[in-house]
Amino acid sequence: MALRSAHLFFFFTITLLFTSAFSNLVLSKVERRIDLTSQIVRTISTLKVENEGPDMISEVLLCFPDYQAEKLAFFLVSPNEGKGKSKSSTTSLPVQGVKPEGMPSSLTFYSVSLPKGLSEGENIILDVFAVFTHSLQPFPEQITQADSQLVLFQDSAYYLSPYEVKIQSLSVRLPTPRVESYTKLQNTKLVDSEIKYGPYENIPAFSYEVVVVHYENNRPFAVARELVREIEISHWGNVQITEHYNLVHGGAYNKGGFSRLDYQARPHVRGVSSFRHLLARLPPRAHSVYYRDEIGNISTSHLRGDSRKTELELEPRYPMFGGWKTSFTIGYGLPLQEYLFESEGKRFLNISFGSPMQELVIDNLIVKIVLPEGSSDVSVSVPFSVKQLQEVKYSHLDIVGRPVAVLERKNAVPEHNMHFQVYYKFSGLSLLREPLMLISGFLFLFISCIIYMHADMSISKSSASYLAKLQWDEVQAAIQQVQNIINRCLGVHDKLETSLRDLSRTGDIQACKAARKAADSYLKELAKDLRPFLTFLQSCPQAAQILPKVEELVAKVKDIEEKLMLKNIMVVDSYEKKSGGREIENKVAALQQKLTTLRHEVDDILEVIDEI
Amino acid sequence: MGGSTHQNTPVSSTAQVSSSNNMKADLPFSFSLKTFKLKTKQQELLIRVTILGLVYILAFITRLFSVLRYESMIHEFDPYFNYRTTLFLTENGFYEFWNWFDSESWYPLGRIIGGTLYPGLMVTAALIYWTLRFLRFAVHIREVCVLTAPFFASNTTIVAYFFGKELWDSGAGLVAAALIAICPGYISRSVAGSYDNEGVAIFALLLTFYLFVKAVNTGSLAWALASAFGYFYMVSAWGGYVFIINLIPLYVLVLLITGRYSMRLYVAYNCMYVLGMLLAMQIQFVGFQHVQSGEHMAAMGVFFLMQVFYFLGWVKHLLSDTKLFQAFLRVTLTCTIGLGGLALGVGMASGYISPWTGRFYSLLDPTYAKDHIPIIASVSEHQPTAWSSFMFDFHILLFLFPAGLYFCFKRLSDTTIFIVMYGLTSMYFASVMVRLILVATPAMCLISGISVSATLKNLTSLIRTKNKTLHTGSSKGTVSAKASSKASFDQSPPFGKKTAIALLVGAFYLLSQYAMHCTWVTSEAYSSPSIVLAARGAHGDRIIFDDYREAYFWLRQNTPQDAKVMSWWDYGYQITAMGNRTVIVDNNTWNNTHIATVGRAMSSYEDEAYEIMRSLDVDYVLVVFGGVTGYSSDDINKFLWMVRIGGGVFPVIKEPDYLVNGEYRVDKGAAPKMLNCLMYKLSYYRFGELTTEYGKPPGYDRARGVEIGNKDVKLHHLEEAFTTSNWIVRIYKVKSPSNRW
Repeated sequence: MALRSAHLFFFFTITLLFTSAFSNLVLSKVERRIDLTSQIVRTISTLKVENEGPDMISEVLLCFPDYQAEKLAFFLVSPNEGKGKSKSSTTSLPVQGVKPEGMPSSLTFYSVSLPKGLSEGENIILDVFAVFTHSLQPFPEQITQADSQLVLFQDSAYYLSPYEVKIQSLSVRLPTPRVESYTKLQNTKLVDSEIKYGPYENIPAFSYEVVVVHYENNRPFAVARELVREIEISHWGNVQITEHYNLVHGGAYNKGGFSRLDYQARPHVRGVSSFRHLLARLPPRAHSVYYRDEIGNISTSHLRGDSRKTELELEPRYPMFGGWKTSFTIGYGLPLQEYLFESEGKRFLNISFGSPMQELVIDNLIVKIVLPEGSSDVSVSVPFSVKQLQEVKYSHLDIVGRPVAVLERKNAVPEHNMHFQVYYKFSGLSLLREPLMLISGFLFLFISCIIYMHADMSISKSSASYLAKLQWDEVQAAIQQVQNIINRCLGVHDKLETSLRDLSRTGDIQACKAARKAADSYLKELAKDLRPFLTFLQSCPQAAQILPKVEELVAKVKDIEEKLMLKNIMVVDSYEKKSGGREIENKVAALQQKLTTLRHEVDDILEVIDEI
Repeated sequence: MGGSTHQNTPVSSTAQVSSSNNMKADLPFSFSLKTFKLKTKQQELLIRVTILGLVYILAFITRLFSVLRYESMIHEFDPYFNYRTTLFLTENGFYEFWNWFDSESWYPLGRIIGGTLYPGLMVTAALIYWTLRFLRFAVHIREVCVLTAPFFASNTTIVAYFFGKELWDSGAGLVAAALIAICPGYISRSVAGSYDNEGVAIFALLLTFYLFVKAVNTGSLAWALASAFGYFYMVSAWGGYVFIINLIPLYVLVLLITGRYSMRLYVAYNCMYVLGMLLAMQIQFVGFQHVQSGEHMAAMGVFFLMQVFYFLGWVKHLLSDTKLFQAFLRVTLTCTIGLGGLALGVGMASGYISPWTGRFYSLLDPTYAKDHIPIIASVSEHQPTAWSSFMFDFHILLFLFPAGLYFCFKRLSDTTIFIVMYGLTSMYFASVMVRLILVATPAMCLISGISVSATLKNLTSLIRTKNKTLHTGSSKGTVSAKASSKASFDQSPPFGKKTAIALLVGAFYLLSQYAMHCTWVTSEAYSSPSIVLAARGAHGDRIIFDDYREAYFWLRQNTPQDAKVMSWWDYGYQITAMGNRTVIVDNNTWNNTHIATVGRAMSSYEDEAYEIMRSLDVDYVLVVFGGVTGYSSDDINKFLWMVRIGGGVFPVIKEPDYLVNGEYRVDKGAAPKMLNCLMYKLSYYRFGELTTEYGKPPGYDRARGVEIGNKDVKLHHLEEAFTTSNWIVRIYKVKSPSNRW
């Protein structure tokens, strides 16, 4: 701060005459317009360069004082080819920083290569567009919540140039007509919100006349100390952009605390220097937008979109007063096909470089382009100078990591929002790698499950517990078999009952007898089948616990069988004797009752066995 | 499904099935069908695994309401500390974590983190994180922390299934798993984002109990070992392990008294106790408490008792003479009891064995904390439980619990005795403290699971037997069957099939009501992160009050890195975790004096408070104020506790000074000391100029519904640094002392 103010009030007028080297060129007309409406200082100078010397000249030197040069964010020189041509058609001229000998050391020089050399008497009109950041110094440096923010701007009234300037003028545009003070030279006038200096004639080279403007500027002084933009390409159809902002209000510091009462009563008066919103213009078709910070989602944001643009209005957690900081992250996805192209066997991404935020000064912009895993031959082409690095990022299911091209740019302004290209090679087959990894992972899991279920994991094959376990399995199998057979027996019993019922309906005694016979023989067979299992169970010590139940079951079933047969015989007999239905029923009633009881008991036992 | 294949014999009444060929012919047919179908056991396994899988998923996703309603964030107070420590653990490794001295809290004392926390939760989350990283899933640690509790809740359902299976049968296990998956009592502590010890600890608790019961049932050393490790995990995760180490000895004692002593029990308990104790000593925070603290002495006593019991059994085996044995018994018992009593007495007197802590007392005597430890009594979750919250958290389980107890008593075994004891003791604790409802939940679910399963089983078997008897055809038979089968009372209660079906439908209705209640409670009540407050606006839209994070983020960004923030201890963890600033006191209420100092500062006049704040190097003071929004749990409502806690240590602070006729008020009739104490001034600074509600005078406090008494608050040593958009958090800067000359 102290240094900056020292600069400000230090009047220096360099009128050294380096006539020998540069006398050939003359700036016959210079018009300068300085735009101070926001926190970014934009100067547009239209220079008419004339060659008065005999030699052919192909380079023009431009210079800035050092204190300005270090704040120079963007610099563009283009030939002005008359008014009819639109700006976009003009191409910028190559500019190089140079250090010519014998020049004042406090100046920084740039050399502009002209599209074609200037021979004697020829002239060319150049548009010099320069953008400076941090050139507005708040004064006073600390203000209260209710104060309006006043800033100082300093420049020269004369165009600082190594060449003589014939005619020149300067106009300074301010955001509001409220000007605290400004340096008054001859031919100075303040009209509305514009200060005009000049015209001045025949100013020698390296003339410098300090002009200081002290005016009110309450535009948002949003400065990103650091912005990391991560552009991640997924060939599944998405470009994911994540931007980490580290934001500060770069204006006059807030002093004396913050009163919410004052602020919420009249935010435009008692908080005039603060800003509450930031506007980001995202590309159209941006989707999945989020806005959060280290401690979670920030709910104060609005998203508006139509087919041409998407506007994201961000509100930091608290209003930003001078010197207050905040940090947050926004992220959004873009459709891949609008940004990724293919040429000559290489793919290239064509996307804008800077932040989508409006009027944001970025002190340190880092753009990381994360390419898909397996990309190679990465090259980047950016229309201005950046620092390039290579990194590797590990994301989901990465083994070798994704190549990351890192681009670093100090002092970035919205003018840097140009498209740049990243070229790389990527085979479409690599796309399948991660799904295949997942599939094979799950396959492996299932196979190991199957193996585990089927493999015998016991260590000792002869240990008692292991044998006991084997035997128990066998016992269980045997019991299952017994159950099956018993169930079949019960089925046969049901059949017998059915045949009896049929008998009562049809009176076909023969059929009933035949059924009885068949059932009898079948039951005998079943009994034969049952025997080996029973003997096995009896021999097995493991089954000792369950054996009584099984035996009881078998006995009961046998009992049922006998009773059923008896009943059958009785019924058939009575039918043969042509007894009445009621009589028969009375006869078998007792039997029937026993049967039902037995059947219940059998069911119970079966259930008990089932549970074991 | 499976049952039907057994009765495959066609009951075709029309057929004149006369030949035996026919009968034989259709049997092989049914066999061939069976080979295509799964076996009954396999079918059952499939169904069981599917149900369990669904329950597992359900338990997870029902806890994601909080993420849906709000966002993936850490909730409440303590989880922020856990999150911060987990972050530290993943960044710096275990060794650094174990030896971490945290200078950001309890300024100027600091806190030895490694020695004063239960590391189980953090280590678990870090392990999950590292595993996922190893498997190449680039997850953020926050997501892991947010989802740890739901993940463990899912695991708990599996344990509950196995426990239920061990207790009763697999049906009861399944029901218990389903009940616990959505039980609000458990969900309240395990929604996504509720990254607290309890989330993991309930899993560990149930696992330890299950493994111990399994060990007692089998007498297997392996299960006992496993339960010792389960206990170790529990000790590492939560202070509630004291419940285990007291319940298990109590259970053993009951078994001894009821004559159910067995070798199985001996093996299980000894192995579990000795190993569990040694393992637990590895946790710094627990250290030698197992041999030194009064709370753990019961376990040790029972351990020695078991040895004496075993020894006596051995002697009895050797001595054939009963009279001799009786004499020996008498001598041994006297000696042991005498020795034990002496050892305990000497230990207590010499201070080697610490007496019971206040927290333990407050469990046994609900009124103890109120009289002696205001800091425990001040916590809302330490209040005795209201009936409504029982109903809210358990719903139908409250009615099913006694029914389950009935079933347990009917089939009394070692296992059911355990669950009955667990259920009864935890119910007691649950009624003493609200937060302990959590401990009772698994027991409630298991016992209710038993009752539901047993009831449903009885009802369905009743319906099924009816079907079978219908086969026999004669209605008389059924009547007689009823009469004859009096023996099995459960199987055929004296009502018909229709009643059974009606009861079944009723049971399903109850269960579905339970499911609906649980879902509603989860989505409406238990998913709020309490950092972000949500309210309904006048037009039914959702208004979000994100003031806490606004303030914490402001602190984090716009105060010096080393600024010290004084606030009531509730907000300590959040300030350190979200604001990244040093606090004077936080939720780890280990130093009562320090908290009392802050309480004293808050309840003194500004000048005196300024002296205290200067002595504590305080740079900022943070208060929570709900007067604008009507947010009732703010500092003014907590203020009496500050006075009480402050007054407990510094007698200059007297509670009656702040009350008017025993009444706490902030309006014109408030006590003069109240109107001029620091807390009042900070809360109501410039509030008198604000109109909060239409038709009310300026300075109308919406949280308490009164016009404040002191509208002209002037601050001399502090200045307003920041107030959030809804005034919920107000931050003041302590001015440096003015130049004297």
